[in-house]
Amino acid sequence: MVLGNYKQVVAARSTDPEILRGSQDGGIVTQLFAYALDAGIIDGAIVAGPSDEPFKPEPMVATTREELMASRGTRYSISPNMELIKEVTRSYGLDKVGIVGTPCQMQAIRKGQLYPVGLRDVPDKIALAIGIFCMENFPYQGILQLVEDHGATKIDNVRKLDIGKGKFWIHTERGATVDLPLKITHKYEQPGCHVCLDYVANLADISTGSVGTPDGWSTIFVRSAKGDDIWAKAIAAGAFETKPIESVKPGIDLVTKLATDKITKNQKYLESRATEYGVGKALRNPYI
Amino acid sequence: MGILESLKTLLFGKHDVSEGKKDEKPEPAAQKTEPVHVAEKPADVIVEKKASIIQEPKEEKPVAEKITVGHVHMSGCTGCLVSFADNYEGLLTILDKYADLVYCLTLADVRHIPEMDVALVEGSVCIQDHLAVEEIIETRKNAKIVVALGACACYGNITRFCRGGQQNQPQHESYLPIGDLIDVDVYIPGCAPTPQQIRNVCVMAYLLLKGNDEQKALAGAYLTPLMNLAKAGTEACGCDIMTQVINQGLCMGCGSCAAACPVRAISMEYGKPQIERDLCIKCGACYAQCPRSFFSFDVVNQYEAIMDAIDGAMQP
Repeated sequence: MVLGNYKQVVAARSTDPEILRGSQDGGIVTQLFAYALDAGIIDGAIVAGPSDEPFKPEPMVATTREELMASRGTRYSISPNMELIKEVTRSYGLDKVGIVGTPCQMQAIRKGQLYPVGLRDVPDKIALAIGIFCMENFPYQGILQLVEDHGATKIDNVRKLDIGKGKFWIHTERGATVDLPLKITHKYEQPGCHVCLDYVANLADISTGSVGTPDGWSTIFVRSAKGDDIWAKAIAAGAFETKPIESVKPGIDLVTKLATDKITKNQKYLESRATEYGVGKALRNPYI
Repeated sequence: MGILESLKTLLFGKHDVSEGKKDEKPEPAAQKTEPVHVAEKPADVIVEKKASIIQEPKEEKPVAEKITVGHVHMSGCTGCLVSFADNYEGLLTILDKYADLVYCLTLADVRHIPEMDVALVEGSVCIQDHLAVEEIIETRKNAKIVVALGACACYGNITRFCRGGQQNQPQHESYLPIGDLIDVDVYIPGCAPTPQQIRNVCVMAYLLLKGNDEQKALAGAYLTPLMNLAKAGTEACGCDIMTQVINQGLCMGCGSCAAACPVRAISMEYGKPQIERDLCIKCGACYAQCPRSFFSFDVVNQYEAIMDAIDGAMQP
């Protein structure tokens, strides 16, 4: 069950060259939201928008294609998208909300729908929740440390950050590339990520990530009834080019392997919190 | 999925029974020959009983096995009751199918706290007001399940800041969450608690008391975290996010706490909550909303089916 429940898994990329130009991989999230906006499935989406600091994401409500375009690409630093989940139904006045987030944010949203302790009138307004694969996340200061200290690159000059093929990649505006071994990035990870038992956003309507597919493509899991419906409509509208997952390299096996690695490692850490951090005491376990 | 299938059968089954009987207005001349016999009902909130010379037909109950619920009003602002009522037609469905309201200051004409399955207690207890103290004790004695409805009953909320000296009862200065005086079974935090949270607890409480074994298991799993909150104590504050989540190395910066805060005391700075403690009203919503305060895979992994079932249960 490391991959969660899903109805289908495919390799896909956007058919829109403009979206692909600035996207991290297959432009799935931007394209799905753009399609859902056009089709009236959502009124707007909470996305990781730009902020006044480079590569520091800021939650943003995108209600137009232009706003979606401005928030393309991965930032590797957390964007607290759940922060806007109530506000989006209030001052923004949206009835059908799209939201993109990491697996933990998908957990937050589903908990929020079942236990809406402080989310009045929000649960029935979530129209499309897109989850992204996530191994771990970095605080913004961690990103700065990696890029500027370890990578000796000014963050303002960076065009794209990427993690893949066992390395942390820094691509600069002028075409230079710096790669750091993933090993040195580990100590900058958010501590909260180490208790996470979800790699592929099991609770999203649709989840996506680069792992499992070649460069420029993404792996898609279609999970919920809602997700299935929207995905079928998006395909019918020609928003995506797809390939069977069996036909691409490295394929679903790599996703399964990474998911298993993450969950095994974090499960072990959770157990150590109960036994190795004290005598007759344990750190708190959030899972009951 | 077995649990949910049977849950649906039960709920939709009930629905079928009620079909054709809803919204039946009393017809003055109608002679209903066979009124359905139901358990004695001390108060009726849906049909206003008026002294009338015209013989009115008795209200028919689509479901015989309802639970009895009372709303006990301590020192609070009635916001929690309003929030309950903000389920709109959902409230009528709850009262039609699942619960009889046997005690409620504003909606049911009953003077003393009767025996009931579930007591929803709103507000904190003023210990200088002997009547309030007696009432909360009576509530505990007469109710199978005591639910602290809203932050005042759970944690004191704004009544934590009371210092007395006000008209017209200057001596009223000490307000305690009900958990400081009696054992409480379930907490529904928040100021005000949301209509959807109250609705979900009502449906789950019904299943816990009247459902089959599988339904009881699901309802138990759903209610367990809220029961654990009740066991955990009567103090809440934005600081819980610091002490129970961040200090424990569990925060991953999703922003749920900031969204849940009713007074905008929490903002996200560099991916972590920044809490303005002077604004905090101690309602406990942020901590309860945090996915790292409690998270049950058994329950949340079935979110789709549970939400469908609750929607189904709420159909009039």
